[in-house]
Amino acid sequence: MDMKLTLEHVTKDFSGTLAVNDISLTMQDGKLTGLLGPSGCGKSTLLYMIAGLEQVTSGHIYFDGQDVTTLPAETRGVGLVFQNYALYPHMTVEQNIMFPLLNARVKKESAQKKAREMARFVQIEEYMHRKPAQLSGGQQQRVAIARALVKSPQILLLDEPLSNLDARLRLDLREEIRRIQKETGVTTIFVTHDQEEAMSITDELVLMKNGIIQQIAAPQAMYRYPQSRFVASFLGNPPISFFNMVAENGLVELSPNLKLKFPISLSGPVVLGIRPEGWALGSGIVVEFLSVSVRGREQYVSFMLHGQKAYAILDTENAVKPGDRLSLALKPYCVHLFDPENGLRLGKGDAHYVE
Amino acid sequence: MSSKRQRTLRPHRNGAAAWLYLLPSLVVITVFLIYPLFKVLRMGFYQKYVFITDTGSGFGLDALAYVLSDPVYHRALSNTCFITFVGVPITVALALGIAVMIDSIPRFKGIFQNLYFLPYVTTVYAVGTVFKWLFHSDYGYINFFFKFLGLEPQAWMTDPNLVTLSVTIFTIWNGLALKIILFLAGLQKVDKQYYQAARIDGTSRRRVFFRITLPLLSPTIWMVSMISFIHAFKTYSAVVAMFDKEAAGPGNSAITVVFYIYNMFFKKGQVHYAAAAAIVFLVIIITMTALQKIVAKKFTYYG
Ligand SMILES: Nc1ncnc2c1ncn2[C@@H]1O[C@H](COP(=O)(O)OP(=O)(O)OP(=O)(O)O)[C@@H](O)[C@H]1O
Ligand SMILES: [Mg+2]
Repeated sequence: MDMKLTLEHVTKDFSGTLAVNDISLTMQDGKLTGLLGPSGCGKSTLLYMIAGLEQVTSGHIYFDGQDVTTLPAETRGVGLVFQNYALYPHMTVEQNIMFPLLNARVKKESAQKKAREMARFVQIEEYMHRKPAQLSGGQQQRVAIARALVKSPQILLLDEPLSNLDARLRLDLREEIRRIQKETGVTTIFVTHDQEEAMSITDELVLMKNGIIQQIAAPQAMYRYPQSRFVASFLGNPPISFFNMVAENGLVELSPNLKLKFPISLSGPVVLGIRPEGWALGSGIVVEFLSVSVRGREQYVSFMLHGQKAYAILDTENAVKPGDRLSLALKPYCVHLFDPENGLRLGKGDAHYVE
Repeated sequence: MSSKRQRTLRPHRNGAAAWLYLLPSLVVITVFLIYPLFKVLRMGFYQKYVFITDTGSGFGLDALAYVLSDPVYHRALSNTCFITFVGVPITVALALGIAVMIDSIPRFKGIFQNLYFLPYVTTVYAVGTVFKWLFHSDYGYINFFFKFLGLEPQAWMTDPNLVTLSVTIFTIWNGLALKIILFLAGLQKVDKQYYQAARIDGTSRRRVFFRITLPLLSPTIWMVSMISFIHAFKTYSAVVAMFDKEAAGPGNSAITVVFYIYNMFFKKGQVHYAAAAAIVFLVIIITMTALQKIVAKKFTYYG
């Protein structure tokens, strides 16, 4: 059932707007790939081109080595869950799920049987005779997934399936999607602009911006080693803070007690990115807190660092308040170095302390 | 306490104010709708009626009996039913087909906009004149076309067996424009994503039309059919436009119910017969409307 998906120099030009710009990548078969990026970066367009609903302007799409670039949507064997589900409103849940099977001239009894199995799998079998309008958003989403899966697609495409749901339901359903994907083993692409959602359930992440791929990596790897300033700022909440500093032979001095050596020998202006969770109370650099806000099990603080505002997440063991002057330590692997000109990462691995 | 008082006071005050606001329109409705309606009902049951003095007398079913046994009224009823039950399904189906076709070719929309709106803004009488010529036995394009196909030319305007068909064809064409526009508006409201979903689901064109377009368009189809049925039942101006006020074709062979009522009233001065014919007509229309309501519940999907 799993299938390798390869894109080669795929471009989509909407009369002047390059929605997708020369994208080449291979999606791992049987894995859940997250397609992440800000609104309007071309995620849906890319998905629709894979599905065959949009024609590519140039480039090629291969399913298991077979060129499907010009094949019509109905012959590609793709399951697609639309952003707003697009369930047929005049059909019951059962009819919706059966529809793709009946299109393929499956006998009614076996289609019904299969629809029931699918409904049980996504846990909506008690709503089989309801119309979509009589279902909650989460239930509709399950029906949409069931309809996409019932014809045993080779590839399952999900276009921001959770964006219409409330926070609690999103949490539950993204685990559900993960479970369904694991159990069916179908190659899946999951589009989202929510970085947390993408990080939590995907095997691999593709981060896009303006139709161009910024980085492809496993979620943790992308978070730990962002290849550019954009990637670093897109992942993480609260976001990473940037500082204009000067490096000397790969060494950046935040304070006499806090010097970091990066795995690159370079001198000159650099941009330092520090993740807020990298900070902790301890010996390093003395700062004065500007604001403190307590959020359950952690507190967010802000302070000035080399004339630029910085944020930190501290645990609530030691209560702090604005105006406190305290010393903070910094975990070196939470600090990244970027080129101030093109925003690309400088140095391959982690930084480390030097005395 | 206070809320209780409010509750008892409010409806009363609102009621009085409401009646006051409604008064002008109620007066108008009573004078121009309810009074004439009762007057017609009363007229239909006069036994004697003098046109010059507009006085009637007696109460009985004579007028009703006369109308019901009048072969001209039978002709009018059967013609009207033909125009309605043959003409309307054809015109609705035709309009739907054309609308779906236009809708599927985006580039055509602009070009056709004017073309299909044209008949809607030209008067029925002007179109009638054109049709008179199209149907002309010797010079008409329709017979020209028939001859071209090797068919026998027909006396569309003078053969008593054909005139109702001619009127039906005319009404089909004349009503097409508005229906196409209504269907296009209905199609516009159908979310295009359903069609994308249908493509992904591997749906054939046929099934897309019957399983998706038709059901999603059913409220519009229903509305258009309702309007068309009622409009067709009242067919009068089409007959006048094609023939004359004096006679609906040779020997009144293309007569419709409304034409009959008009004729009885203005030409023959038999007001109580006209009223009786109108009453029969009213009963038929009310029955049909009731039937339509029942059928509507079964067949339409309201999204
Ligand atoms: N049919 C179209 N015609 C012209 N431009 C289009 C069309 N569809 C999309 N675009 C443009 O292509 C770009 C990418 O759109 P796309 O819908 O793929 O973004 P997206 O990443 O899915 O965004 P979102 O997260 O908001 O859904 C946008 O700039 C959009 O305006
Ligand atoms: Mg989108």
